[in-house]
Amino acid sequence: MNDDAVDEGRRRVLTVATSVVGAIGAGFVAVPFLSAMEPSARTRAAGAPVEIDISKLEVGQLIRVGWRGRPVWVVRRSQESLDDLGTLKDFLRDPDSEESIQPKDASNSMRSIKPEIFLAIGICTHLGCSPTFRPDIAPSDLGSDWKGGFFCPCHGSRFDLAGRVYKSVPAPTNLEIPPYRYLSDTRIIVGEESSEEAV
Amino acid sequence: MSKWLARISDWICVRLPVDKFWKEHLSEYFAPKNFNFWYYFGSLALLVFVNQILTGIVLTMSYKPDAKLAFDSIEYIMRDVEWGWLIRYMHSTGASAFFIVVYLHMFRGLLYGSFKKPRELVWILGMLIYFCLMAESFMGYLLPWGQMSYWGAQVIISLFGAIPYFGEDLALWIRGDYVVSDATLNRFFAFHVIAVPLALVILVYLHIIALHQVGSNNPDGLEIKENKDTQGIPLDGIPFHPYYTVKDIVGAAVFLIVFAAIVFYGPEMGGFFLESENFIPANNLTTPEHIVPLWYFTPFYAILRAIPDKFGGVLTMGAAILILFVLPWLDKSSIKSIRYRGKIFKFALATFAISFVSLGYLGTQPATPGAMIFARIFTVLYFGFFVLMPFYTRNEKPAAAVPARVTRETPLTETLRERWPRVKEFFLQISAIREIKTSSGSVYRIPVLDVEALLAMARDRVSNIRKKF
Amino acid sequence: MKKFIGIFLLLGSCCGVAWAGVELDSVEIDLDDKASLKRGGQLFASYCQSCHSAKHMRYSRIAADLGLNEDEVSRDLMIGPKTINDSMTTAMDVIEASEWFLGIGPPDLSLVARSRGSEWLYTYLRGFYLDEARPFGVNNLVYKDVAMPNVFWEIQGLQKAVFKNVDGKPVFDTFESVQNGRMSKEQFDRAVTDLVNFLVYVGEPAKPERVRFGKYVILFLLIFLVLAYRLKKEYWKDVH
Repeated sequence: MNDDAVDEGRRRVLTVATSVVGAIGAGFVAVPFLSAMEPSARTRAAGAPVEIDISKLEVGQLIRVGWRGRPVWVVRRSQESLDDLGTLKDFLRDPDSEESIQPKDASNSMRSIKPEIFLAIGICTHLGCSPTFRPDIAPSDLGSDWKGGFFCPCHGSRFDLAGRVYKSVPAPTNLEIPPYRYLSDTRIIVGEESSEEAV
Repeated sequence: MSKWLARISDWICVRLPVDKFWKEHLSEYFAPKNFNFWYYFGSLALLVFVNQILTGIVLTMSYKPDAKLAFDSIEYIMRDVEWGWLIRYMHSTGASAFFIVVYLHMFRGLLYGSFKKPRELVWILGMLIYFCLMAESFMGYLLPWGQMSYWGAQVIISLFGAIPYFGEDLALWIRGDYVVSDATLNRFFAFHVIAVPLALVILVYLHIIALHQVGSNNPDGLEIKENKDTQGIPLDGIPFHPYYTVKDIVGAAVFLIVFAAIVFYGPEMGGFFLESENFIPANNLTTPEHIVPLWYFTPFYAILRAIPDKFGGVLTMGAAILILFVLPWLDKSSIKSIRYRGKIFKFALATFAISFVSLGYLGTQPATPGAMIFARIFTVLYFGFFVLMPFYTRNEKPAAAVPARVTRETPLTETLRERWPRVKEFFLQISAIREIKTSSGSVYRIPVLDVEALLAMARDRVSNIRKKF
Repeated sequence: MKKFIGIFLLLGSCCGVAWAGVELDSVEIDLDDKASLKRGGQLFASYCQSCHSAKHMRYSRIAADLGLNEDEVSRDLMIGPKTINDSMTTAMDVIEASEWFLGIGPPDLSLVARSRGSEWLYTYLRGFYLDEARPFGVNNLVYKDVAMPNVFWEIQGLQKAVFKNVDGKPVFDTFESVQNGRMSKEQFDRAVTDLVNFLVYVGEPAKPERVRFGKYVILFLLIFLVLAYRLKKEYWKDVH
């Protein structure tokens, strides 16, 4: 081997250039492989907005609807429940929902577009269990302060009837409110915001 | 920074012999310096294998091994999964590319005697890889659950039924049902995605370890370990890394360009890589008009059809594959490379190559009586190459003296440069300059093909050849 | 040894399967002609989809690929109550359909262009002729005794096949018009071209995207090849 003729500089430049171009190529190849794991067109089509008919929903009743595979709760709250919501402020972690997810027109103290109709994704913000609906006032297992709400059986997180999380429970934020809008007085579409134009 | 890296690598190397492995197989594995074109296909086979595994993993995420869902799940991948069409075409094109590369790799072994002592085990491990590859692609081809998948599997599994006494039971056991069905699909999926790939990984590893134990052969068929310098390094050897890594990267780039051209512009490859009949869901009540196996099985399929007896055909087809295993002991010559072997061997190898390709072509064609005669002739020639080998290689007269040290072949670019005047002269001879006047009055001189000159040249050639005989 | 390479290349040179007997008419497929694809989609919806589905084709995909909005798609391409997220299923109940067609249901047409080819479809769809022996009163030139009526008879008109005698066997010669349809021959051929174009698109909606990406990938690989080749040359200066 003739070591005198070796141009180390040129060799290094070519090695780096080939490696960089090769790495960029590998990066491009990785894109299809990784995006193949994204939700497919079928999954996205199945996650399309769903309509809910609330004409038969009675006061204090909860109905569950599936949207993108997750339960969406619709509750018709009584006037007493709505009054109670104002008194709970001191017991709650995020009473004004500043760190929680909700559409703009539901960013109010009732966390809903129309006060009596409460709509939320029924998934605990702690580790993803679905809490149980406990509208009963002061039951023995939840204590005398309970004004009705949701209780997560997995790790004991508590939420009020506006989906707001209580202090000193594991769940970090309030229940998520999905985007929704009223098509009429009795029909709601979940998955579309009212501010958006219909596509 | 570099100090830290050195410490980390030291820490690892004390516990895991990464550096030893790197030295043994790359930086201090000495390969002959005279590898030519034929020596790209080993590393290319490894590249295609990696492609098959990576694309296969992603396909498994969306594929359903269920007779009711399988066909639709493929279309789901092709349409609904993001980039699914690309992954699937990479996998289907990769399957055919694997066989192209492996066939060329095996033929290289025949050309330069890489199967001969001391590399018998390398050859046998390679044959086991080839065998597993056939099983892998056969079972993978059932998964799309199209008409060709279904009936192809039905026919091939029925071959086992030809074995006397327990054949029918064996076929039933393979299928898990009286016909190819959901049970068959489900078990073929299991074999295709885990059992056979696992065997392949192990065999490929052993193939490489066995090769590095004895060292690589080369186009001159010389053992470079017989000429070492004072430090024990073969005089005709160069470290695999960096010399052959950078060379194989060039080969990989050329391969990938061809591969991409097929994937993006013609993944069906005119029906050879993806058959049109397979876009119809499997139907156990109607058989397609022409059942043709995928192109890489057609030589063996032609042999099967050439024998007018069910069990005899199966036996002959099996023998056609198995006889390759004993090749190292059939060749009695001491010369390895085709460059120095006698005329008889060169003739025999050419006959074998032509027979194999012709059988492959005949396997794609309908079984007409004329085609059957040719298939039988080529089947005889195929076996003749192996069976007669001990006799025609025993006292081989070398065509040229085997050199003591490896010779370097002229690089392709230099050969082209050298031959360019002759090529140019040829083109000038067969073309006539025609003047074309445009409406604006300018004159263009354009060379056009002069058919008469071409014919005259062809006549000359033929009469020259006649004179010789 | 170079001659062996040529032998292996021969493998790739034999392709293409001819359809026995009838010569297929060539048809120009242009997947970039979105107007043609849209017209073809409309023809599919009104003439084919009452019996045949294209269940793998989603309306939202058509909208995105052909540059149509939801209203256009639902007005022009949908039959029955469907949404943009549905796929092109048939209006007819499949089980009922199978009984209707004597046990052979109308096949799903998602992949018909890939299994049959565009030329076959083009010839087939224009190849119905009067034949009283068949239940629907028509036979087909490339698909003999097909269990499908000529859904285009209103626009195509009716035609009979003229066979000539070659060595004692009848060989197809030409079609002869018996009754004119709403379209002229040129208009009808154009309409069938649009429909076949649409079916080719439905067979592989990713094809235009595939062809578009190809040149970038190959260009990138060529750049990589040049660099890799120079790197190889540089290192191999050591080897004498």
